[in-house]
Amino acid sequence: MPDDPRLRLVAALVAVSAISLLRTVPVAAAAFALAALATALRRPEPRFWRRLLHVEMFVLLLFVTLPFTVAGPAVATLGPFTVSGAGLWRATLVALKVSASVLLLRVLLGDLEPERLGAVLRALLVPERLAHLFVMTARYVALIRDEARRLMDAMRARSFRPRSSRHTWRSYGNLLGMILVRALERAERVQEAMLCRGYAGRYRSLPLDAPQARDWACFALLSGAAILAVVIDRL
Amino acid sequence: MAHIPDGLLSAPVLVSGAVAAVVGVGLGLRRLDERLIPRAGILAAALFVGSLVAIPVGPTSVHVLLSGLMGLMLGVAAFPAVFVMLLLQALLFGFGGLTTLGVNTVNIALPGVAFAALLGPMIRRADNGRAALAGLLGALSVAGTGGLVALSLALSSSDYTPVASVLLATYAPLMIGEAFVTATIVAFLGRVRPAALQPAAS
Repeated sequence: MPDDPRLRLVAALVAVSAISLLRTVPVAAAAFALAALATALRRPEPRFWRRLLHVEMFVLLLFVTLPFTVAGPAVATLGPFTVSGAGLWRATLVALKVSASVLLLRVLLGDLEPERLGAVLRALLVPERLAHLFVMTARYVALIRDEARRLMDAMRARSFRPRSSRHTWRSYGNLLGMILVRALERAERVQEAMLCRGYAGRYRSLPLDAPQARDWACFALLSGAAILAVVIDRL
Repeated sequence: MAHIPDGLLSAPVLVSGAVAAVVGVGLGLRRLDERLIPRAGILAAALFVGSLVAIPVGPTSVHVLLSGLMGLMLGVAAFPAVFVMLLLQALLFGFGGLTTLGVNTVNIALPGVAFAALLGPMIRRADNGRAALAGLLGALSVAGTGGLVALSLALSSSDYTPVASVLLATYAPLMIGEAFVTATIVAFLGRVRPAALQPAAS
């Protein structure tokens, strides 16, 4: 695993692009096995698995529909529907690819600090304004989330119970409106504070350490494996 | 399910999505004066937090996208804002994906920006009927996103076409939640801070 955040981001992009190009089940299965192994070695917190389930909703939808809709020789019949081998194969392939990508992203990018990513994005030639916007958003998400949590605690203290009703929707609308108003007020204060300190659309970003030989080696290994996977896949 | 994960779409769809996203983000950045970046960034953070709230609709619960509201409050700058939010989501939560970043940006931002450009002037002018128009904006934006997500899937492989239609059905509760929530937010902002309904980038 490269320690350098720039190389890690590029390696993740290369690896995930390679996975999305795969067309055969054995290679996709190998990619999935590697990604799962790397994830297991890192011992993710239980919250991660719950999030994974959310992503897999797409996969579930495919498994429910593809075996019945892709034409091909039938392997089983369920009432009036026939399950085709080609469809089952197709669904397995997509499930492996999606899961491998999610796991790999988690392993490679999970512990990057968003606040420090501004310099990384700049180093990767992302336009300066976009990098600034990213840094600003990343910085304030955690803060505004706390604020939102306080507002929701206040609603709960007044015995608000979310239900599927217009009252609930209106309450949530007002909550979000309040969050936005507070955010705009905060933005004004932040902007004034920045102007006071001479902000003119430019930051000094902290210099990043040059990547070590080990980083380059890990990077080469990862992208090499990704390219090799695509080549084997096409043979 | 507006965020398409990696490994699902075909390369041509991914590439055209990325190209369209670059154009949109570029346009948005050009309109975004350097001094407006703190405001746009903090607003994007607030909208991101808003989209994390689970809102019950019928037997399920939905996360609002707020893309119509984003178009209303940020104008074209909604493109870079959505891009930044999706990148953050991919990095923080492993949601969405890296290769699909472009497609997802366009799928979410384009309907919001387009419908806000269409309905925005009326929403800002109208005093009564503002909430109804904002609700329409929310519902249309989400429907537009649903259509684009279905289109991305269908264009990637004809095998996905049935999946795409099932997906469209799941957008009905989303539209209902989005419409009511957007209507309330816009009415609230109109009462408390009418200036907030002007796009940040102008």
